[in-house]
Amino acid sequence: MASSSIEFRKELFADERPEDLNEIGKPKQRQDALGHVTGRTAYFDDHKFEGLLHMRCVRSPHHHARIRSVNTSAAEIMPGVVRIVRPQDIPNNMNTMLSIIGFGRDDEALLQDKKVAYKGEPVIAIIGETELQVRNACKVVQVDYEVLPHVLDVEEALTPQAPVVNEEYPNNTFDYHDLYDHQKLRFGDVNGAFAKADHVIEGEYQMSPIEQAPMETCGAIAAPETNDRYVCYTSTQALFFSLGLSAKFLNVSSSRLHFIGGTVGGGFGGKVDSLHEPMAVLGSMLTGRPVKFMWDRAEEMQVGAPRGAERWRLKDGVMNDGRIVAREFTGFFDAGAYTRLSSYAIIKGTGHLPGPYSIPNVAANVYCVYTNRTPATAMRGFGITAVDFAIEAHMDKVAEAVRMNPIELRILNAYRDGEMKAHRRLAKNTALIECCQVAAQKGNWAIRPEFSAMSSLQGDSAKVDIPPTVVDHDGKIGDRKRGVINDAAPSKDGQVSDKPTSTVAPVTATQAMGEAAREPARVGADTMPSRVRSAEQESMPARDLPQPPAPTPAPPPAPAVPQQSAFAAPQNTPSDPPSTPVVPSTQQEPYTRGFKRPGTSPFVRGTRRR
Amino acid sequence: MAKMPLQFSLNGRDTAIFVNGGENMLETLRRGVGDMSPKYGCAQGTCGSCTVIVDGQPQLSCLTLSQTMEGRSVETVSGLSDGPQLHALQQAFMDGFAAQCGYCTGGMLMAAKALLMNNPNPSRDDVVEAISGNVCRCTGYEPIIDAILDAATKMRGRAM
Repeated sequence: MASSSIEFRKELFADERPEDLNEIGKPKQRQDALGHVTGRTAYFDDHKFEGLLHMRCVRSPHHHARIRSVNTSAAEIMPGVVRIVRPQDIPNNMNTMLSIIGFGRDDEALLQDKKVAYKGEPVIAIIGETELQVRNACKVVQVDYEVLPHVLDVEEALTPQAPVVNEEYPNNTFDYHDLYDHQKLRFGDVNGAFAKADHVIEGEYQMSPIEQAPMETCGAIAAPETNDRYVCYTSTQALFFSLGLSAKFLNVSSSRLHFIGGTVGGGFGGKVDSLHEPMAVLGSMLTGRPVKFMWDRAEEMQVGAPRGAERWRLKDGVMNDGRIVAREFTGFFDAGAYTRLSSYAIIKGTGHLPGPYSIPNVAANVYCVYTNRTPATAMRGFGITAVDFAIEAHMDKVAEAVRMNPIELRILNAYRDGEMKAHRRLAKNTALIECCQVAAQKGNWAIRPEFSAMSSLQGDSAKVDIPPTVVDHDGKIGDRKRGVINDAAPSKDGQVSDKPTSTVAPVTATQAMGEAAREPARVGADTMPSRVRSAEQESMPARDLPQPPAPTPAPPPAPAVPQQSAFAAPQNTPSDPPSTPVVPSTQQEPYTRGFKRPGTSPFVRGTRRR
Repeated sequence: MAKMPLQFSLNGRDTAIFVNGGENMLETLRRGVGDMSPKYGCAQGTCGSCTVIVDGQPQLSCLTLSQTMEGRSVETVSGLSDGPQLHALQQAFMDGFAAQCGYCTGGMLMAAKALLMNNPNPSRDDVVEAISGNVCRCTGYEPIIDAILDAATKMRGRAM
């Protein structure tokens, strides 16, 4: 039998854990293995339904085009055609995935009726008796397109003359906090450090979109059930995303939807987008029969959302001895035509900067850019993997520039326990140095004895505090606002804030799953973007909306209970309490962002739980 | 479209069914007979998820016209075990973590079984060649190759 290739180095950090691992490190049979090897595992498409109908979409052949008209009269009389599904058949045909946690505005239709913004975007769906009949019917649908100029490059999309890809975001960038066209990170003073550095080393790194290419293509089968419910077998890897978003699209209570998933023929992030389930359930509602909506392989490759491509520009300030004293990033994340999960990937990626290194001065501007490419979505560490590639490629470039052993360079700059990271949390349980040492040993790569002797436990006491951080002249951290097109990189202007650095409390700066992004860490009103209610929110009837929170010019001196995400680690820095206590609002806040269009399902609107 | 009668042996049992003129064997097995173990991955003959054994040779059921199966012997992974007794390949795939999402596993096992029927003592290269038409996105192939070699060793030991 194949033996495990995992090697445990239990001598490392041995005193940090009791030796009580009874299961970890021992081979354990997968619970689903017997089903897999006997062919009995039932994937969504392995459920038989009498009278199963098939659904396919008519898709745009253009990257960007206005839909003038759609003529389905020839398709309607094709043999086997049961129902043409049009955009207006979808009760609530506008969505963004993370509306389920109130992050971002609805920007994508399930079937597009005005404008297509990527090649393969669905326009019409046809339901018929057999897959072949539906394919033939799709071929005779006539769509009159007015082809528009398209943009496929992230930086071209940021120029003023670029075509508007996504009408909801006319600047071709996602709006963070409804104010900023990028996610930013400021830590210390990069420009001051560049001026003093022995070397300034720049590099640009470009990654490609990557298709998850699961062996099982995405799909769902829905059928009428008893009690006016619909059962839906789905390949989704995110069952509650699919359930919640289907309820929103179809404007029904999720209690009428009986979703069965859990068996996924390969996901890798590509099965979260919840496009199939609402279509299959809608088809079943419209026909009263079981309906299957499944991509074929060509659709999976063309319209299946890939890992978004990223472009990163790095600029390092480096001393002759290899110490990296400043690192600046400008990042462009290609979201494709619609947001899906890219807005969140950027928050995640920005929190990860500057990689696993202790660098005292860090600045980053990271953009979520819309282009006329296939929308991007999750894939295996999306938002992290590509920037890690850029960072590590750049580390090798730095090593060459200062003529240093690349592993020694990494050990020298590695973060160590107790050091402050750029996103303002203290590093703990770090092990990069030990990983580098073991990798060097395994690869017969010589490193000097002093580097072999270094340890992650020996944090630098000079790197414990948040450094004085440069802010712009208007007092905000950052420089580029929505709608202002200038240099995308962090600005060279600005001054060190005279505010005490401890006003930025370490724990409140971290965001979990994006929901913290709509409730920025309250570190004092002057560092926080003001909350602007949209005109549509304003115009909504008052009875639908609980009162919005009053503007908080200064947090009231109230119980010092820090507001924390449910996912955040417990606060454990009593020695460094935030000087401005963060007070949870006692007023309820409307949970409407992303649901501002009229006709939104009442089942997804409500008040945000505290 | 006219329906045609088709008789063949499926995992050793006589099977009779009516099929459409242009129907492929993947559709016939899954929707007609109800053996869901061959999987749809590409319907273009490039992924191997639908691999079955026809008269001892591996064959892609998605590219096989059903009518050509008249009188042939077809094996799928659902007939691989002897009742509750797993085939050596199945046991080796379980023990060696050669199945993750499981979607390619049935086709992989059929390709492996066909190899061992024709060559009980395959080299590593022989195994790689035999499963070169079967795509797996989870494992990275090494556990699958190891499991097939492991099963071959056990089967030779049993035969002796």
